[in-house]
Amino acid sequence: MSRLRNFALIVPLAWAGAAAAQDAATPSFRDLDSVEARVQGCVTCHGQSGQGTKDGYYPRIAGKPAGYLYNQLVAFRDDERRYPPMNYLVAYLPDAYLHEIADYFAKLRPELVAHPVANPAPELVARGAELATKGDVATGVPACVSCHGASLTGMQPGVPGLTGLRPTYVTAQLTRWRTGDRHAPEPDCMKRVATRLSDPDIAAVTTWLSLQPPPKDLSPEKADIDRMPFACGSQRGAK
Amino acid sequence: MKLAARIALGAVVVAGIGALALHFLLPGELPHDKQVRHANAHTTVIERGEYLARAGDCVACHTDKDGQVFAGGRPMPTPFGNLYAPNITPDDDTGIGRWTADDFYRMMHTGVSRDGSLLYPAMPFASYTKVTRADSDAIFAYLMSVPPVRHPNRPHELHFPFDNRDLLLGWRSLYFREGEYKPDPAQTSEWNRGAYLVQGLGHCAMCHTAINALGGSSESKAFEGGMIPNQNWYAPSLTSNREAGLGDWDIQDIADLLQVGASHRGAVYGPMAEVVYNSLQYLSDEDAKAMAVYLRALPKRDSEPPPTSQARLVDPAVMELGRKVYAQQCAACHGGEGKGQPPAYPPLAGNQSITMLSPVNSIRMVLNGGYAPGTRKNGRPYGMPPFSHILDDNEVAAVVTYIRVAWDNAGTPVTPAQANDLRKLLPE
Repeated sequence: MSRLRNFALIVPLAWAGAAAAQDAATPSFRDLDSVEARVQGCVTCHGQSGQGTKDGYYPRIAGKPAGYLYNQLVAFRDDERRYPPMNYLVAYLPDAYLHEIADYFAKLRPELVAHPVANPAPELVARGAELATKGDVATGVPACVSCHGASLTGMQPGVPGLTGLRPTYVTAQLTRWRTGDRHAPEPDCMKRVATRLSDPDIAAVTTWLSLQPPPKDLSPEKADIDRMPFACGSQRGAK
Repeated sequence: MKLAARIALGAVVVAGIGALALHFLLPGELPHDKQVRHANAHTTVIERGEYLARAGDCVACHTDKDGQVFAGGRPMPTPFGNLYAPNITPDDDTGIGRWTADDFYRMMHTGVSRDGSLLYPAMPFASYTKVTRADSDAIFAYLMSVPPVRHPNRPHELHFPFDNRDLLLGWRSLYFREGEYKPDPAQTSEWNRGAYLVQGLGHCAMCHTAINALGGSSESKAFEGGMIPNQNWYAPSLTSNREAGLGDWDIQDIADLLQVGASHRGAVYGPMAEVVYNSLQYLSDEDAKAMAVYLRALPKRDSEPPPTSQARLVDPAVMELGRKVYAQQCAACHGGEGKGQPPAYPPLAGNQSITMLSPVNSIRMVLNGGYAPGTRKNGRPYGMPPFSHILDDNEVAAVVTYIRVAWDNAGTPVTPAQANDLRKLLPE
């Protein structure tokens, strides 16, 4: 009897195993001497193609501008941006290699999966749409699209795309920026934006972002400093 | 009245004896040779000094995370409280700008600072005492050549009674033997060079010899390994074939592990990755090989008997869970038979750092992953991803148990509680 029960258990376990083997978070690669094999250290959190994983918090990194990804890798290595699992992983990696990793994920265009907030309040969505596309003149908050691109896929070389990110991640970043926990080279334009956002505003804009359908072209826009509402140190420094 | 007088007299006598003892015990001056030596600013000396300063890994402690090089300030947590490494740039007021080569050698050789205060043994003077006068002078010349940085030293934050430096007299008499390295004429010059680097500037004993409750390490336990205080990584024994004993390693693999950070037998991770990144990658091929020759020749002794077959028994259900997790998450890189794809992905079968008594390092690697350091010879290292968010404590314990006992590995099972303890620590 117990043997039978064990057998009954093994079959579903095997199925689960087979399904998980195709999970994007599982290490696998084609050629040993490749960047793909070298970045297996990233995949359990960010996915095989940088698309993110089922796990709630970890951001999509695929297709973000290489300059932005490189800035973040350097900031994690040098403890300028604090997130212990990342600080630990990249602590002893040289600049040239971080460039290579950034370039690798910047070129990837895996399918974008939306993570919409369920049953959002219509007022919240309306306020989010207003902030993201028009900004708020009264509080001095520019529209997200003015820097992050008309379809929010980012701008070369240093402005990240906001598509495909989960509300939990975006909320955490805006909050960290507001408290000064996350920062960028001066003039730190995201600090300027985040410190002007209230908690309800952050909830509104992250909710609206989560509801946007994936754009057809996932590539970041070309650099256009003139279009930006104010100077950004990270945009100027990125290559 | 009479009693009080006696007590007072007794106190005076004790104080007198104490003062006398201090007078004789406190380390004195070096013999004076009258002539004041200045830093030798010859370029070749400075370059040699830079090389030696790297071999000594001065930068690791004397540079704060986002501070200027050698300006000090990096906190060093110890079981006795926080120490802050001082500024060793040539700034006159806050650094060592007013030091002479004599002052510097006395500090390296005897552990006594310029002002006569005793150094805490977080400064590895018990190792640096082996450094020759010529090498000490070269390091001093190099330090005098770096840009001076005005950055006042931060006072140490030690608990009572360790904040009293005079207590270090006791520590010194127990654990400190002053003296430059004396070459062993029975050995090759290569072996002697390796011994000089390992015992002296390399200060390998700071981690690879267990530290006792007094913060000391005894010579009889040299290189037998131990937990690194406050870091929760285990520094394997360099003398035990069951740990990082190197008896059956090729010289080239040992040299690669030190200088490249990855070899056909394994890669460095945790605190050793930092040592390779900051220090050992800059060694010449000859020096890396000399260290390998010396390390390989260390006498073998195992302080603990091998685990009994009883201790190695594993619950079949745990083994099965471990096998499953391994096949799913680990085999793509480390291979179905644990042979790895070295030097990219290290072998797990026959890898002593997996089977050694303490499973701490293996558990931490499974939880947090890790990249080998990017070095001059391996600028694009491979890395392992974290699994802490994918595997629960039972799965972590099962897969670590599996790799410790599969493929004739002679390790012992680990418990979910051990995995849970380490899960609570921040990756570092």
